[in-house]
Amino acid sequence: MYDNEVKSILFAGVGGQGILRASDIICEVIMEAGFDVKKSEVHGMAQRGGCVTSHVRYGKKVFSPLAETGSIQTLVSFEKMEALRYLKLLRSDAEIIVNSEEIYPPAINMGDMPYPDKAIDFLKKNYKKVISFNAAELAQKAGNIKTANVVMLGALSNLMQIDKSIWENVIKKSFPEKLIKINLEAFQMGINA
Amino acid sequence: MKVLMSGNEAIARGAYEAGVRFAAAYPGTPSTEIMEEFSKYDGVYAEWSTNEKVAVEVAIGAALAGEKSLAIMKHVGVNVAADPIFTVSYTGTNGALVIISADDPSLHSSQNEQDNRNYARFAKIPMLEPADAQEARKFIKLAFEISEKFDTPVFLRSTTRVSHSKSVVDIEEPEKYKDRTGFVYNAEKYVMVPNCARLRRVEVEKRQKALKEFVETFPENRMEINNQEAGIITAGMPYNYAKEVFPDYSYLKLGMVYPLPEKLIRDFASKVKKIYVIEELDPFLEEQIRAMGIEVIGKAIFPYTNEFEPGIIRESIEKNTKGAVSPYKETLAPRPPNLCPGCPHRGLFYALRKNKVYVHGDIGCYTLSYMKPLQGLHSCICMGASIGMTHGMSKAMKEKGKGKVVGVIGDSTFLHSGITSLLNMAYNNSDALIIILDNSTTAMTGMQEHPGTGYTLMGREAKKVNLIDLVSSLGIENIKIIDPIDQKATGSAIKEELAKDGPSVIIAQRPCALFKRSKIKPKPALKVDQDKCEGCRACIDLNCPPIAWKKGVTKEGSKRKGVAVIDETLCNGCGLCAQICKFGAIS
Repeated sequence: MYDNEVKSILFAGVGGQGILRASDIICEVIMEAGFDVKKSEVHGMAQRGGCVTSHVRYGKKVFSPLAETGSIQTLVSFEKMEALRYLKLLRSDAEIIVNSEEIYPPAINMGDMPYPDKAIDFLKKNYKKVISFNAAELAQKAGNIKTANVVMLGALSNLMQIDKSIWENVIKKSFPEKLIKINLEAFQMGINA
Repeated sequence: MKVLMSGNEAIARGAYEAGVRFAAAYPGTPSTEIMEEFSKYDGVYAEWSTNEKVAVEVAIGAALAGEKSLAIMKHVGVNVAADPIFTVSYTGTNGALVIISADDPSLHSSQNEQDNRNYARFAKIPMLEPADAQEARKFIKLAFEISEKFDTPVFLRSTTRVSHSKSVVDIEEPEKYKDRTGFVYNAEKYVMVPNCARLRRVEVEKRQKALKEFVETFPENRMEINNQEAGIITAGMPYNYAKEVFPDYSYLKLGMVYPLPEKLIRDFASKVKKIYVIEELDPFLEEQIRAMGIEVIGKAIFPYTNEFEPGIIRESIEKNTKGAVSPYKETLAPRPPNLCPGCPHRGLFYALRKNKVYVHGDIGCYTLSYMKPLQGLHSCICMGASIGMTHGMSKAMKEKGKGKVVGVIGDSTFLHSGITSLLNMAYNNSDALIIILDNSTTAMTGMQEHPGTGYTLMGREAKKVNLIDLVSSLGIENIKIIDPIDQKATGSAIKEELAKDGPSVIIAQRPCALFKRSKIKPKPALKVDQDKCEGCRACIDLNCPPIAWKKGVTKEGSKRKGVAVIDETLCNGCGLCAQICKFGAIS
């Protein structure tokens, strides 16, 4: 981003995956890097295992915290099926980072509807850049499954022109002392994913 | 100093900077975090009142003592508080009083989508509306200034998108608190009997006139003249959406949505060729501007329902825009919010469902049980309504309704507005059953304290109401306490109470699974024995998040088509599913 273009990132996933925390961290990173930033999400009902999304928008001057439908450049989906739910919001040349984990909603558990198969293949066929990995497995390798959200941030950091040291500093400030090492490890896992 | 803040955090910060040290509220999305943040500042008095009406009355009392006081609630909370609000508009506020209404366009977490700007006009109370966190911090300070200057309550309206969006805010040093409290005796001003109220009624109109002059030069009603082919009149969050897609148009951005600056609007109208009024929900600005004789384009092209986003504004104005489409054409399984693993409500509704009763629900997490597969309730209107509705239906149905009408209400909701209606049931000798879902907290809005928890918002130990004593003193004789996870006890208590004459109350007592002070500690995750599981799906029918169906796992000599599996990272071992399983496969 070199002019007044505003960039939009959409975080999507399931309540309880640490999406809001991840989008808080990225906003701090963007602010530290000297940009204006706004983010938007809805709390309340959404916390109880339902769909969660968070819009993050940054640039020289940002008005709307919500991106216009069809204008989002980057999708970070914490669950595979959830990535398919928001494609309408994306530009046709959007970049997608997707956690390949599957979390079944009630209608799928009850056998009323199928879980979409070949979601990643579909994304790869329709979008030029799709990065997919199992964030839970990488988080487990880093030492704690709950750091999957920071793994996702690591992967996202590769797509943004913001110095990695700023990311690391914000991560250090965002967690209690004893969790810093494990989260930095998770961040690195995401960078290498 | 620049910090990233949500609209709600910024409102709390702004109030603190303005020297406000007194606030009362009842939690409700999207307003809750304003009070939670405010209560953390040094030297403040902050309370969760039992409901919004009480909160406003508490705030009025503080204002009459000379304080700058704040009452905070969600949009429907203003309905509860409407009675004192309409009359404090007459008395004026002595110190200062600001009432925050957090509206919820799109009903993200509400039962309706009412536009509370109408309350400003209805009650003749000025209303400010910020567009983002930066303005929220600034506007709450202006609201207190206006309240003091004009001796009037002032509304600050937020919406979910303002309350829950984060942006960069410049914070300032807080004003030093000055104790200005003292008794002011002025019965003619504060005793609203007809004689005095008639006089105050005239004062309200004088104040309205003064405010109408004030708004003409109020700096937050701001013109931005660019391209004069088209002008946009807007306020709050829609301003940002419009600027995003039409940065070159001219704007009249209103910081104060009531009363309106008529001269300024006429001036703006003379500068642009056509005017769009962009506002979510009701044509509140549009109708008032039309009444000035100014032609505008509003709800003829913009939607009445739901919150906007930039694309809606572009598509409404440029009619030929091709809307965005998804390349993925299949229907995806919906992912509605669900009751948590170990939630006590799941056990209650599973047991209740077997009795084929009509269930009136109330406001709380338990509304989530209306969906498949639990289908636990059949009506839900507003806070406290379940009890009155249960009584009314049972009376109307007479013998047909005997043992068939049940009301369910959470502990916080019962204490908010269920007590008077339960008293009514006892008084009018109802034949129905009320179940109080006592999970020891206000769960849906994120674990707020209430009179049944034993603690206040500020963390002090408090008198803890005894629900049995309370219910019994209202005149209810049939009272039972059960643990709703215990299916045997719950099932038989429901059957027994449904069979009785007169009103009954069952208190289903078990703390919320997320409640930190709970004495019920999480147990090790349960497992499904894959040899014993017959694939009957009875446990799947509980809709507990850790329990999933794994198809294709067959067994010799069994017709099963798959098995249930439990995600051990999510299960907290409440044991409900183990009681449901007929094959003893879960332990």
